[in-house]
Amino acid sequence: MEENENSLFVLINVSYLNVLDIPSLTIGRGITTIFGPSGSGKTTILKLLNRMISPSTGQLFFNGTELRQTNPVQHRRKVVMLSQNPVMFEGSIGDNLNAPNIFQKRPLLDESLLCSALETVRLGKDPATPVNLLSGGEKQRLALARVILLQPEVYLLDEPSSSLDDASAEAVVETLCLKARKENRPVIMVTHSKAIARKYSDVIITIAGGKSIGQELCSGRDN
Amino acid sequence: MEGIIELTLWQVAAAYLFVVIVLLIVKSRGIKKEGEIVLSSVRMTLQLILAGYVLVYVLDNPNPFITVAIVILMEAFAIYTVMAKFKGLLTGKLKKIISLSMGIGAGACLLYLILAVIGVQPWYDPQYFIPIAGMVVGNSMTGVSLAVKSLLEGMTTRRQIVEEALILGATPREATADIINRTFDSAIMPTINSMLGMGIIFLPGMMTGQILAGVSPTTAIAYQIAIMLGILGAVAVSVILTLQMGYRTFFNREEQLV
Repeated sequence: MEENENSLFVLINVSYLNVLDIPSLTIGRGITTIFGPSGSGKTTILKLLNRMISPSTGQLFFNGTELRQTNPVQHRRKVVMLSQNPVMFEGSIGDNLNAPNIFQKRPLLDESLLCSALETVRLGKDPATPVNLLSGGEKQRLALARVILLQPEVYLLDEPSSSLDDASAEAVVETLCLKARKENRPVIMVTHSKAIARKYSDVIITIAGGKSIGQELCSGRDN
Repeated sequence: MEGIIELTLWQVAAAYLFVVIVLLIVKSRGIKKEGEIVLSSVRMTLQLILAGYVLVYVLDNPNPFITVAIVILMEAFAIYTVMAKFKGLLTGKLKKIISLSMGIGAGACLLYLILAVIGVQPWYDPQYFIPIAGMVVGNSMTGVSLAVKSLLEGMTTRRQIVEEALILGATPREATADIINRTFDSAIMPTINSMLGMGIIFLPGMMTGQILAGVSPTTAIAYQIAIMLGILGAVAVSVILTLQMGYRTFFNREEQLV
């Protein structure tokens, strides 16, 4: 197994239906970006890492333990994924931020913590605001705040800025990457912007046609 | 109190005037339902005639095996009706769960009603057991039917919400809690509504039948209350068992949506 202390995820001969076929891939603990054309299997990799789906064949290790030997729900609570088109639950912004705490039977967060998470994603809204009044971009930021509040061991972000304009997109990614580095939490991110990927990542993994075709080291840590 | 008026064949035939009226309405409106209306009227007539003869025999010859066999037949037919309604939409596992839930829900509530509440002696007395079983089983069938419909719809239309909840660390039970609660509510709503209107908006069939047969209205009311509560229990237990076990069939062992 290609593993060292810095390995977060190791994939060996992992395939998923006809979508993905990766002979070997190691993802480290820094900020990793998965880059590739539409339909190349980027989201499928994130879903495999989050255990929303399981490999058809092969082995997938997280911190040295094969994922099949762990509890899937506990794993999802540690390795939290932000979907590309996050779904909002009925109710207010506050209800949505606290929904995972209800699922995970954790104490509800007070308003000051909710507001601070909203500031992190530059969403200056009252937590009592109904979510159906938010635009697509605002919903995406709210979903990001929801994930940040969970303080996961690993962030999996699927196009975290796809509904935002370029300026907001970079600002949100920058804030999140800085926060993750400061807290020493690995980030695995899918993005369509190579500029953002180069600027903030330690490693860029390029995939095409469901196969990993290369890894490139970047200087994201300097930003 | 005077005895009941016996209906002659001609008097019953006169009631078919209502079928003729319905046929005229659908015909004049161009609603193509004539065949279904005629079929349902004929089937209802034949089924009731057959049931009448069977009941005459069973009531004249009380026997625990016959009583239990008839109740099992009713339950089996009710389960078959639910399966037929959702043909092609149910997995094998869900079919087993529906059968088990209807059997346990209606069976347990029926036995409690017959043995503990009414205290029928002997316990298998078909005069009590069979009509009460009909009401309990029939209503539990309607409740489970509504529950299955609403569960299938909920798991389709709200699939993304369930998936998002799983992504955020919910167990399948937590991710589907809202669907289960809404489904339970919609499945027991008709029973609750009928309890709300009972005695004011309408007099229930069983009570009407007993009063027509010369039973004192106060006795008829006592029976109706007990049976209505039994029906509520049977519907609620069958529905919650179906939902509590049924939601799992939408997930695999790795707590993923299938």
